[in-house]
Amino acid sequence: MMTRFLWTGMGRNLRLFVLLVLTVGIAVPLLNVLMPQGSPLYVPSYVLQLMGKYLCYASLALAVDLVWGFCGILSLGHAAFFGLGGYCMGMYLMRQIGTRGVYGNPVLPDFMVFLNYKELPWFWYGFDQFWFAAAMVVLVPSLLALALGWFAFRSRVTGVYLSIITQAMTFALLLAFFRNDMGFGGNNGLTDFKDILGYSVQADATRAVLCFASALALALFLVISGAVVGSRFGKALTAVRDAESRMRFLGYRVEGFKLFVFVLSAAMAGIAGALYVPQVGIINPSEFAPGNSIEAVLWVAVGGRGTLVGPVIGAFLVNFAKTWLTGALPEVWLFALGALFIVVTLLLPKGIVGLWAQIKSRNLARKAVSA
Amino acid sequence: MNAPRSTSALLYLSGVTVSFDGFKALNNLSLLVEPGEMRAIIGPNGAGKTTMMDVITGKTRPDSGEVVFDGTADLTKLDEADIATLGIGRKFQKPTVFENHTVRDNLLLALAGLRRWYRLLLAQPTKAEHDRLEHILDIVRLGPQQHMLAARLSHGQKQWLEIGMLLAQNPKLLLVDEPVAGMTDVETETTAQVLREVNKSHSVVVVEHDMSFVRALDVKVTVLHEGSMLAEGSLDQVSADPRVIEVYLGR
Ligand SMILES: Nc1ncnc2c1ncn2[C@@H]1O[C@H](COP(=O)(O)OP(=O)(O)O)[C@@H](O)[C@H]1O
Ligand SMILES: [Mg+2]
Repeated sequence: MMTRFLWTGMGRNLRLFVLLVLTVGIAVPLLNVLMPQGSPLYVPSYVLQLMGKYLCYASLALAVDLVWGFCGILSLGHAAFFGLGGYCMGMYLMRQIGTRGVYGNPVLPDFMVFLNYKELPWFWYGFDQFWFAAAMVVLVPSLLALALGWFAFRSRVTGVYLSIITQAMTFALLLAFFRNDMGFGGNNGLTDFKDILGYSVQADATRAVLCFASALALALFLVISGAVVGSRFGKALTAVRDAESRMRFLGYRVEGFKLFVFVLSAAMAGIAGALYVPQVGIINPSEFAPGNSIEAVLWVAVGGRGTLVGPVIGAFLVNFAKTWLTGALPEVWLFALGALFIVVTLLLPKGIVGLWAQIKSRNLARKAVSA
Repeated sequence: MNAPRSTSALLYLSGVTVSFDGFKALNNLSLLVEPGEMRAIIGPNGAGKTTMMDVITGKTRPDSGEVVFDGTADLTKLDEADIATLGIGRKFQKPTVFENHTVRDNLLLALAGLRRWYRLLLAQPTKAEHDRLEHILDIVRLGPQQHMLAARLSHGQKQWLEIGMLLAQNPKLLLVDEPVAGMTDVETETTAQVLREVNKSHSVVVVEHDMSFVRALDVKVTVLHEGSMLAEGSLDQVSADPRVIEVYLGR
């Protein structure tokens, strides 16, 4: 039943796209690890690392689109779920350092020794176990989303007010995690990771596996989202987006629908964040900066809101432009971002995927006329 | 005032008052609709017709008065979803169909039965649902358009789709607010036929301005004025009532 649920939701285009993601996710790491450095087919390590990062961003974008594009919840706080997943992974990685830290304390991470902690805070217990950290990566963002969504959706907070609440949530986390006495390394966050599951996080082979894992996660999220959106639940979900009160009069309890996608989306964002952290080697409070969540929304808008492929394309394009521009013309990036926002809102309301669909249908119409 | 709470009427309104910032949109309104009946409600703009529908569907809470459905259910205590589940379906004045869904999906969403999110995740279409959809598409005359996006329907077709969505909910009572506003004469005539067909299996309350349409329905009429009932009877009877002529028909 589960396989049928997952399979029927996928159209042909989505299946092809999932295959593409998996192919890239296998080819790029393999070409990095197996090809000799001089070979024209060799993928440099920095490209591998970028690819891994972009894949995580793409998962975050997909998560944003699931609630925004398909349910009309414009979340301006999704980086919070991403960041929380990242912190859970960061805590595991910190505890793997063991005696190799600067202070050589077998239990306490360096920053705790530095801040005169006598013992490990209770909420760090269990994070030396990978399975526990992995469970927390999903649970912590999900539970936050559940709590926030439960209150917001039940009291029928919608539209811009909901957006403000989500933005406030990520801002509150930003301030909280900045504090040293929170026990998460304050301003500096968690860094200097050594290994994950016994393998060095610096090694190319580990990076390759992490990049592949990020592609696998994205592919899985695409399949799950496709199934959800393609089911009868999905029809109801987009109907809630388009005419919420109409759905209430039809007898639907729309809170349940919103809560389910919001929690699912938060879990996806959390996993994306957890895969991101070992690849970039650090997690600090700046991940919670309000601008990050807004940028994720922009990726979705550029790629095409309300499509599954769009957010992935948007995340890759915008981040590629960002990587390139911040290298070539660092002072221009913020203006470019602003301009992009305006252009997309005014000229491309359905993003790149929408534009493509429009061109295709126009060509079809032209063919029909000339035939 | 102390009318029996348990009643044989399908819908029972007694002494209902609703005020907005002191202005009484409904003023001590009483109304009885029998099972199987179709009732037309007429009245000038601002008479409180839509507000009355809001009260019945739980969108607006009355300041005072009783609203009882099906003999026992106190509608003033229930929310929109509960009331819809009880068996009251509503068609809004402005057609609000799901524009980005096909005609068939619109009806599917409205179809009585599955409502909970966790059931819909794995729901598969059944033969019974298929037959029911075909039947409704026939009644509202949208069979050929069933795979079209609702956004592409004409205004009249959207109104019929809404009526179809009401039917799909299989409610005991249909509330229909101004179904023929903006329709052509032919569409108006068709709508009256559709509603008469609907009335064969459902009770209906229809609010309308259009006199030729109300005449075509050929049912008992209630005249609303300034939030209260002014007259009740056949269209010929109420049209002859001097008070009705003064406030409404004679203008
Ligand atoms: N939400 C509201 N707030 C304030 N006044 C309202 C509201 N809804 C309706 N009214 C007023 O109540 C009166 C009755 O409105 P309505 O029921 O829509 O009339 P009808 O449908 O008979 O034309 C009108 O004067 C209208 O302006
Ligand atoms: Mg009205």
